[in-house]
Amino acid sequence: MGLKSKDLLGMKQLTPEEIMEILDTAKTMKLVISSANKKTSHLQGKSVVTLFYENSTRTRLSFELASKYMGSASANISATGSSVAKGESLLDTARTIDSMGTDIIIMRHPQSGAPHSIADKLKASIVNAGDGMNEHPTQALLDMLTMYERFDKFEGKNIAICGDIYHSRVVRSNAIGLAKLGAKVSVYGPRTMMPIGIEKMGVRVASSVEDCVKDADAVMGLRVQLERMKSSLFPSVAEYAKFYAITPEALKLAKPDAFLMHPGPCNHGVELPTAVYDCEQSVINEQVTNGVAVRMAVLYLLMARRNNL
Amino acid sequence: MKTIIKNCRVFNSDKSVIYIDDGRFADEFSENEADEVIDAKGATVLPGLVDMHVHFREPGYEYKETIATGSAAAAKGGFTSVCTMPNTFPVCDNAAVVSGILKKAEQAGLVRVYPIGAAGKGLESEELAEIGLMKEAGIVAVSNDGKPIATSGFMRKVLEYSADFDIPVLNHEEDPTISGGAMNEGEVSTSIGIRGCPTAAEDIMIARDIILSEYLNIPVHICHVSTKGGLRMIREAKARGVKVTCETCPHYFTLTDSSCENYDTNFKMHPPLRSEEDRLAVIEAIKDGTVDCIVTDHAPHHQDDKEVEFSHALNGIVGLESSFALCYTYLVKPGIITMERLMDLMCYNPSSILKLGRGGMDKGDDADLTLMDLENEFVFEKDKMLTKGRNTPFDGWKLYGETMLTMMKGKKTYEKLC
Ligand SMILES: [Zn+2]
Repeated sequence: MGLKSKDLLGMKQLTPEEIMEILDTAKTMKLVISSANKKTSHLQGKSVVTLFYENSTRTRLSFELASKYMGSASANISATGSSVAKGESLLDTARTIDSMGTDIIIMRHPQSGAPHSIADKLKASIVNAGDGMNEHPTQALLDMLTMYERFDKFEGKNIAICGDIYHSRVVRSNAIGLAKLGAKVSVYGPRTMMPIGIEKMGVRVASSVEDCVKDADAVMGLRVQLERMKSSLFPSVAEYAKFYAITPEALKLAKPDAFLMHPGPCNHGVELPTAVYDCEQSVINEQVTNGVAVRMAVLYLLMARRNNL
Repeated sequence: MKTIIKNCRVFNSDKSVIYIDDGRFADEFSENEADEVIDAKGATVLPGLVDMHVHFREPGYEYKETIATGSAAAAKGGFTSVCTMPNTFPVCDNAAVVSGILKKAEQAGLVRVYPIGAAGKGLESEELAEIGLMKEAGIVAVSNDGKPIATSGFMRKVLEYSADFDIPVLNHEEDPTISGGAMNEGEVSTSIGIRGCPTAAEDIMIARDIILSEYLNIPVHICHVSTKGGLRMIREAKARGVKVTCETCPHYFTLTDSSCENYDTNFKMHPPLRSEEDRLAVIEAIKDGTVDCIVTDHAPHHQDDKEVEFSHALNGIVGLESSFALCYTYLVKPGIITMERLMDLMCYNPSSILKLGRGGMDKGDDADLTLMDLENEFVFEKDKMLTKGRNTPFDGWKLYGETMLTMMKGKKTYEKLC
């Protein structure tokens, strides 16, 4: 019981069995969230620090609630208003937090590989809450939990992901995790936002939104950052919405019981028409609940590993 | 001062003893006349190696490397001549900085330092640097290395103006409008989420420089080629008679971008480590003569510049102390090239491209030599390096070709203490 590694750096580092253990544990944790008394003692006496070098509301709150529901002491550090803003190096900052007896550091950073570069040098467990364009493992795990609640096994299931593939750590983590469990991932987005060699990660590059979504068991939209227009990755919101959005018509090509996901926050009317966001098939709000459950599971399993040592 | 090196093998000769008198190779004399007799124990005497592409960081970044520490590293690597790139602070774009570098080099006295001047003032592609005055002060080439010469218009002016002074132009090939990544663009960069720098960025600039060189009929030297496409264009251009020469580095034939998977910044340099296909193309081009020189692009950095996030880490690795052993172990030992060809790559060709007049081992020539143990394996250890930099990807590698002794003009500049 528990994870093999001290840290959760990415889906790359997890085995299929570990992924399933996290998902099964998260299902139990979800019962805690829905109960009247949201309190367990899984992290009693443990300290958890969130260290965020990038703004985030939902991921951070989700981690904070997860650790509080399990009884840990927690603190938050933001890149602004701390020594981080004074130019202290990442390693120095992390060592300082480590020296204060922290058990888990939850870290978000704009540079890919930032958590990897410090993990080996710290006693605390590092949980990657998003590193640059690399990975966002707990997002993939919550997406997978949302799928797992709807189909009992991943093998042979078709997952369609549409949007800005290049910059998306959500796509990378999902592609890696889903491939490990035998699902088939198709991706589609503007060619300017499709990274070279993505097929080598075991995903299929579709030729249109329709081609991507056809026969899908689950469909995922991705947030497109509007500032990408300035770097000539797409010309306008109108054009993006017309050629790359997941339209109600496209969604009809998916399997009848398919459902729609989005990691949020969503640009309504850009990557998803409002009608699609609010449609019956949308499970976007449930993803948010599952985020807390998955993060509880991850924090718990990282500490359970310690108790086993 | 008379020195004898005995029990050695001598490159390109059947001699087993070397005689040095007053800093020059000499005719035989008796051991009684010698001030020192060195027993080489079967090691091989090679001409002192020439590295036409190093970064010594002085003036301005002495915390990374000084001319003295860089010189010591060069001597340990078997080099007796090095050419220093101008991206110092202040930039080596005027005669005063050139003179300062030469003065420091002479004080260190461990390697011949041939400065390379900037092509553009401040390494920018705007105004020509004082190439004529710098030549008088001692530069052997111009380059904006670290940066490319960004526009075709400025490159043309640099080639034409430098030709008036018979000064070679060395260009770092990278189209900045399509570059900008921290590693090679490909499946590895995609998988680990690091912005990639495509081979096309290098190839586009190589194509441009070949076109300009051919059009103007002026030689051009292509720095640190890392791509299959670039080498193919250089091969074709040479076959047509274009005066293009090029260099590559040991890391481009020993490593690929898959080494970046764990975000180890000791595998970050520019051009970046490429794919296996490119690595094999570099070996092929070394073999078939397309590549003229092997250089180190020795780029020492302080650990504060490297122990940071991958994308923030500065580019470059040290190379002077591992270069020969990597070339010997991975090119000569497996029979890909001969020792003669390796000496073309690491001594005669760079000397002739820059007209340094180095590499002679005949009577009367300056006794620039290095003694290499080609028989025994050794472990390359970063903590034993003499450079200030610790940024090597080769720590712990088992190699052949350890330097036993280096001499510049008959003076010991490095000696392995047994
Ligand atoms: Zn360069």
